[in-house]
Amino acid sequence: MIAYLARRLGQAVLILFGVSVITFALLYLLPADPVRQIAGRSATPETVANIRRELGLDQPFLVQYGRYLAGLLQGDLGRSYLQRSEVSELIAARLPASLLLMAGAIACELVFGLTMGLIAAVKRGSALDQGLMVASFVGVSAPQFVVGLLLLYVFAVRLGWFPIGGYGSWRHLVLPSVTLGILGAGWYARMMRSSMLDVLRQDYVRTARAKGLSRAVVLLRHALPNAILPVIAMVGIDIGLFMSGIVVVESVFGWPGIGQLAWQAIQRVDIPIIMGVTLVSACAIVLGNLLADTLAPFIDPRIKLQ
Amino acid sequence: MRRAAEPGAGTAERAKLPSGAPGGEPVLAVEDLTVVVGGAEGPRPVVSGLSFALGRGETLCIAGESGSGKSMTALAIMGLLPRPAARLAGGAIRLGGRDLTKLGEGAMRRIRGDRIAMIFQEPMTSLNPVLTIGRQLVEAIETHTGVGRGEARMGAVEALRAVRIPEAESRMGHYPHELSGGMRQRVMIAMALALRPDVLIADEPTTALDVTVQGEVLELLRDLQRAFGTSIILITHDMGVVAEMADRVIVMREARMVEEGPAGELFARPKAPYTKALLAAVPRIGTGAARPHPRPAGERKPAPVALVKDLTVRFDLRGGFLNRVNRRVHAVEGISFEIAPNETLSLVGESGCGKSTTAKAIAGLVPYAGDVVIAGRNLAGLDRRQAKAVRRDVQMIFQDPFASLDPRMRVGDLVAEPMAIHGVAARAERRDRVAALFGRVGLSPDQMERYPHEFSGGQRQRICIARALALRPKLIVADESVSALDVSVQARVLALLRELQAEFGIAYLFISHDMAVVENISDRVAVMYLGQIVETGTRDQIFSNPQHPYTRRLIEAVPVPDPARRRRAFPRMDRDMPSPVRPLGDEPARLALRDIGDAHLVAA
Repeated sequence: MIAYLARRLGQAVLILFGVSVITFALLYLLPADPVRQIAGRSATPETVANIRRELGLDQPFLVQYGRYLAGLLQGDLGRSYLQRSEVSELIAARLPASLLLMAGAIACELVFGLTMGLIAAVKRGSALDQGLMVASFVGVSAPQFVVGLLLLYVFAVRLGWFPIGGYGSWRHLVLPSVTLGILGAGWYARMMRSSMLDVLRQDYVRTARAKGLSRAVVLLRHALPNAILPVIAMVGIDIGLFMSGIVVVESVFGWPGIGQLAWQAIQRVDIPIIMGVTLVSACAIVLGNLLADTLAPFIDPRIKLQ
Repeated sequence: MRRAAEPGAGTAERAKLPSGAPGGEPVLAVEDLTVVVGGAEGPRPVVSGLSFALGRGETLCIAGESGSGKSMTALAIMGLLPRPAARLAGGAIRLGGRDLTKLGEGAMRRIRGDRIAMIFQEPMTSLNPVLTIGRQLVEAIETHTGVGRGEARMGAVEALRAVRIPEAESRMGHYPHELSGGMRQRVMIAMALALRPDVLIADEPTTALDVTVQGEVLELLRDLQRAFGTSIILITHDMGVVAEMADRVIVMREARMVEEGPAGELFARPKAPYTKALLAAVPRIGTGAARPHPRPAGERKPAPVALVKDLTVRFDLRGGFLNRVNRRVHAVEGISFEIAPNETLSLVGESGCGKSTTAKAIAGLVPYAGDVVIAGRNLAGLDRRQAKAVRRDVQMIFQDPFASLDPRMRVGDLVAEPMAIHGVAARAERRDRVAALFGRVGLSPDQMERYPHEFSGGQRQRICIARALALRPKLIVADESVSALDVSVQARVLALLRELQAEFGIAYLFISHDMAVVENISDRVAVMYLGQIVETGTRDQIFSNPQHPYTRRLIEAVPVPDPARRRRAFPRMDRDMPSPVRPLGDEPARLALRDIGDAHLVAA
């Protein structure tokens, strides 16, 4: 177990290194010039050259990356070009809001997705099953900004149950979480349904019924833990999907998380922030997957980590 | 109610039992039971007008081939018919004055597991993999008795002791995958009998088990029945098991009962033609000797088709921080044998002994060490093209005819495929050859355009045989090729294999766990245990004069299809087979084979 975790964390470092190289190279090749953004349109060529030299952007790629990596190894993500503060501080200030949003979205995915999938599997072939599967399909295919705006219009503007945007109470959390989670919920409902149908055909479910156990015990104790495994593995991968969704959802709802930070940074070619957010996202994805893999043996004793 | 081995005493004892015959009050009575499945062409009966009564403490065997309706009968009694595909169309199932078919799901649930319990064929999949066996036992007891957790736990431990599971207390915390197949089936029996049901339905309880384990499980069922007075409905296709266990027998075919009677009577004087045919098709040890030996002694030995020397197959297992190889599965450990043209060598042994791995190595499907020489050419050291040419001479027939034919290809194309791969014959000529092959294996050439799902298991195995023959190989490796077939079909496929051998002079490497089939088809036999050959010789040497204790145990463990020769006690294994997984550097000792005369080799 410890050897496994150590190896996986070692792999994680390699993955982060790869992500940093690729992202840095892409930003280097970008036709947009961050110096122009900083200097403004009316700046003289001397000012531009000065700023370029000051930021080290006149150096060749390898030197630039070497400097960045050296800083990274000391835990320094660099300074924002435009906001004049440390990237790590900017991210640290906004990360809790994003994590909260993600947690809300995961809860929403699991609660809606698993319940819908379970009910659809048990009522297989019924009108309810078909209705749920149509709903899940809509959830999977609807673009998040459309879902977000629709929810805002219905539940915030018309019904007034939830605030239109901002951050603070649990009421603020509901609509963004649902918007972010609805895609995953659709997927989970479909996965859960097929996984559950598969498990319900298994011999051990027949054994459980032959013991005279009630329907609820057969479903929840015998079938559910077996059916849920593939879904758990998906949660790890989902954290990666969230990262793209978060940029949209945070913009729609004015949620002060790293998604908004990234969005602003991209518009203004603020390279250190883009790098920082990308690396933090990569970290989240790697850790999410690791967490899902580490959880699996607790659900299925046949899985051994080695 | 101890049963005696002598037929006379057995009959006398059985006569005292309150059987289903008029007189005794039956525990369970099935009257005019009809089960239908809804097909595209309307409902089709899978059980039709079945009636029988089960006496207290009686063992009733329902025998029949696949599709005869025997399992559906069991599921109907349990109220577990796979809905909505199958449903009860009529009849009554009476248990203690109540008609189970009239009960609602709630009332039926209280009977299931408590009054009627059931064990299933597949012990590997019948226990929930994510719950400890203790939990699975305890919940059965809790559901029906309303006792507390502690008391239920004690009952569970007691049930595990009753099925002779060593260290029952600590086994409670184990998960199913930590137990062998035989142990799991014991857990299933413990679970079924924990609440002392009136009726135990055992659906093919030993079919998936190795033959030595099968004997133990059957004996256990017999002992527990004696102790608890449980009535047993035993469903099986194996007439040996029927002879070993049954007081009374029902033979079913195509949803109907064709014959019913006391076991001794039915085996000695079967009335229905189907029963006679079924009993005649059962392979029996001792009858194979009647087969004329194809190679008279003293004849000069032709060059072998296949020569295997020091064949070793090991699989690496990884672990530790750097995920390096730290253990190996020693699947096959230095075995040697040769097969002459027109000869059948059988490899026998129980699951995990390495017989299938040997087959795969010879067919070039797993990497190996040692020498495999096919028709004089050593496969080692050949490049891909040359190896492919040699491989033409070796073809395989697998166990499961349902899984070994691509469902999306026409069967004619499937049989032609090996010729296409090896570039043999032009397209039109291939067609003619496929048609000829179809005719030769007993199918009609106009079936070539059909798809595999339109054929029965036996027909599919014939297609597999035609495919193996397509390249006119010198050696056919048949890996459990008749194990999945019903006995009557099995007998016909074995006969076909023998005819083809006589006709084309093919050599067979026949891999099987079934000693009776092996005796039936082999010229020579090699017995494998833990990756090594422990005894090899001619069929007569092995079956008439088995020397190694493991060979003897294998032969003795086979149930004899004759109730008059019922065994009092089965040979018991002291423990599960040791694991072939070993740490690096810890290689198993090679067994030295000693010739005890006429090339009969026995491990010391």
